[in-house]
Amino acid sequence: MSTLEKAIADTSYLNDPPGIKNWLFTLDHKRIGVLYLYGIMASFLLGGIFAMLLRLELLSPERVLMDADTYNQFFTLHGAVMIFLFIIPSIPAALGNFVLPLMIGAKDVAFPRLNLASWYIYVAGALICLYSIIAGGADTGWTFYTPYSTETGTAVISLTFGAFVLGFSSIFTGINFIATIHKLRAPGMTWFKMPLMVWALYATSIIQVMATPVLGITLILLIVERTFGIGIFDPAMGGDPVLYQHFFWFYSHPAVYIMILPAMGIISELISTFSHKKIFGYKMIAFSSLGIAFVSFLVWGHHMFVSGQSEMAAMIFSFLTFFVGIPSGIKVFNWVATMYKGSIDLKTPMLYALSFLFLFCIGGFTGIVLGSLAVDVHLHDTYFIVAHFHYVMMGGTVMAFLGGLHYWWPKMWGRMYNEFWAKISLALIFVGFNATFFTQFIMGSQGMPRRYYTYVDTYHRLHAFSSYGSWVLGLGFVVMAVYLIHSLFRGSKAPANPWRSLTMEWETTSPPIAHNFDRPMVLEHGPYDYDVIDPRKRLDDHRREVAK
Amino acid sequence: MSTQSAEHPKHLLHHFSTSQQQAESAKLGMWVFLLTEILLFGGLFLAYTVYRSWHPDMFYNAHLFLDRELGSLNTVVLILSSLTMALAIRSMQLGNRKRTIRMLVFTLALAAVFLVVKYFEYSHKIDLGQLPGKLYTFQGIEGDNPHVFFSVYFLMTGLHGIHVVAGMLTIGWVLWRTVRNDFSSEYYTPIEMTGLYWHLVDLVWIFLFPLFYLIG
Amino acid sequence: MNSQSHAQHHVLPLRTYVMVTVGLLVLTAITVGISYMDFGVFNLLVAMAVAVAKAALVALYFMHLKYDNKIYLVVFLVALVTLGVLIFLTLADTMTRGDIDQEERGPINRRAAMYQQDTTAVPAAAMHMTEGQTNDTTASEDTSHAP
Repeated sequence: MSTLEKAIADTSYLNDPPGIKNWLFTLDHKRIGVLYLYGIMASFLLGGIFAMLLRLELLSPERVLMDADTYNQFFTLHGAVMIFLFIIPSIPAALGNFVLPLMIGAKDVAFPRLNLASWYIYVAGALICLYSIIAGGADTGWTFYTPYSTETGTAVISLTFGAFVLGFSSIFTGINFIATIHKLRAPGMTWFKMPLMVWALYATSIIQVMATPVLGITLILLIVERTFGIGIFDPAMGGDPVLYQHFFWFYSHPAVYIMILPAMGIISELISTFSHKKIFGYKMIAFSSLGIAFVSFLVWGHHMFVSGQSEMAAMIFSFLTFFVGIPSGIKVFNWVATMYKGSIDLKTPMLYALSFLFLFCIGGFTGIVLGSLAVDVHLHDTYFIVAHFHYVMMGGTVMAFLGGLHYWWPKMWGRMYNEFWAKISLALIFVGFNATFFTQFIMGSQGMPRRYYTYVDTYHRLHAFSSYGSWVLGLGFVVMAVYLIHSLFRGSKAPANPWRSLTMEWETTSPPIAHNFDRPMVLEHGPYDYDVIDPRKRLDDHRREVAK
Repeated sequence: MSTQSAEHPKHLLHHFSTSQQQAESAKLGMWVFLLTEILLFGGLFLAYTVYRSWHPDMFYNAHLFLDRELGSLNTVVLILSSLTMALAIRSMQLGNRKRTIRMLVFTLALAAVFLVVKYFEYSHKIDLGQLPGKLYTFQGIEGDNPHVFFSVYFLMTGLHGIHVVAGMLTIGWVLWRTVRNDFSSEYYTPIEMTGLYWHLVDLVWIFLFPLFYLIG
Repeated sequence: MNSQSHAQHHVLPLRTYVMVTVGLLVLTAITVGISYMDFGVFNLLVAMAVAVAKAALVALYFMHLKYDNKIYLVVFLVALVTLGVLIFLTLADTMTRGDIDQEERGPINRRAAMYQQDTTAVPAAAMHMTEGQTNDTTASEDTSHAP
């Protein structure tokens, strides 16, 4: 490295400006992304601990370490923490905040102060949730269905209030990203020259701003119902508990697309980069992201097939649900087509992308299975559902998140992680995940209900096997924590573009300087122009050749 | 030392290239925020729609106890406050600081009138026992579960009232900044954004009014 | 001053604002007037149509949607359409309960428990009344508005 490059690499957003006050009051999107990353990692740990304890309890039909009421609280908290504190913010707020302005050649997001505010709101919401855990938690399930949630003595109000506050964090991130993507793209970067990650974040933000307010009003109504008995959801007061479910799922179904869309954005980046090939069907992938955002608002009733909603509505929702699988299918075909005749480099991020393809397909197909009204009547509230959503959320979103984390790790910290241990960790996670959750498909189809503290002996071996799988899965994450933290101190220094990718974030130092780029960025080539530009050559050489 | 110049006015933040880009970003962000507000209230409109479709006659009977004249007065008050708010922005577009201040003060005054009228309406209902949910004690409305009407009424007008208060605080802040000479015909984005928010408050009431006060 | 700032600062004439306000007040008078007369189901339709007209005036003129970049209008319309989907599909459930399985329609408890004590309590037989009937047990009805 020349002296100039070295000097720049030592002074980066990480230490410029120094001091903790400059982190807590930062307006730098990269620092805010890192702050979010700490938060979601801590939340993942907390949610994961709940999960391990649940699986421990389920080793045997008899009591292992907790009573039934505690078990109910644990699965409620596992769900609430994982969904509201970890997975919803994970890709958009942690990775997205860091990477979005860099990918479009901007100096920051449109509203940096709003960005910092959204992080503080996230922290506030997290603290309120933590308080509710200490105050006795909730035992309603993360879905807070009425009338039980309006009557149970547990700390429902504080947990729902925490979720309400977290909703604002999500909304503010969405507003910020929409304005950023519309207004702050580098000159020359038209809509169809943006990386697909940006399209994914855009579609996600649209869902965030449209769906989350309805969750907000739902939780307010729940809190008011609990305190004043307004009678909207309480049958004893002439209310309708199914109406609560309409309110709740109008948000919570699009919410699952908030979880998966940014993941799909990451996969587009990983597959193109590590196949050294232009993405196949760019426009179809971009439009399918918008298509998912649109159709996701039409299908929420498929969570309510057996709730007591009318048969007419159930049929309508089942019919509409089949459409939502189409855009996802389009993406999978395009990713596989991208890999065809590509020069595949099986680095860790690519292995995560391949895992995603396999696991997301299983999760997605089983979603279509569940969308069939008559089948869902049998499978609803069984472990089949639990397996389905863990395949899409963990096998899908978390795999993509981890792939993205490893992909952008060198950019964020200026350090390379250890490839060998990364692959070991991934192997443990992959095997452990399938052992834990594929078993649950079998259990569920054989009738094992979900949210049950105990069970009949028929399911004992399957439950035990699933629990053993969870230990392997947990071990995989422990290994990951070790080598990632180790890389921060001892990892080899990362070059600006270790993966030889063509998107704009790789045209600055690793880690980036505080204001992102050392020059005003202008689009020089498309994000996937691997057919025109050989990334093995330096970009300067390419410019010289073109000029000749 | 002032870093202000024609290319770098004081209000231009470093990550924007031009004032226009900054103003348009603010406006887009504000409209997306208004979208979230529409959906927030929208949930309550859903509750209203569902319960009125189930109990149309009870809704009619219960609404007779709302004061149509006061409701109409409040509608006129909010319409006028929307006018004064729009004129405040227009005044600053023309560089007239004094008139901007006057218009903002009028808007605040009209908003206060709205809240006073609502105070009278609410206290009358409290006296009669026409309260939401299990607090409801009034007798004399025919039909099923009349407390539902008042639950929805208080929820919707209450949430609206909270937004009126928030709007007044925002207008007050923008008024103070105008007095401090923060704005000019080149830069008045905060006033404009406040205006958009205030018009939304008016929009919500435009629908609340006939739904509660004018059930035919 | 650069030319970019001029394009953004479109100033509407005072007359426009005043005319819009007059229009809003006239529409308000119309909708209030109609509410004193009985047109059956049209009362709701007309009231909503007037409300939509008033909202359009506020959005297009006061909020400048008519003169600004179309994107803001798109954002506004998307919000309304999404709300429409929420209401429409939920009503698809709540208004068709019991249609196919022939159960009793409507919510679970037509008279909440809290009413059981009062003297005008609904007799048990009346619990199964169909949609639309009111339980008029009083001889006369005071329909005057509260002071």
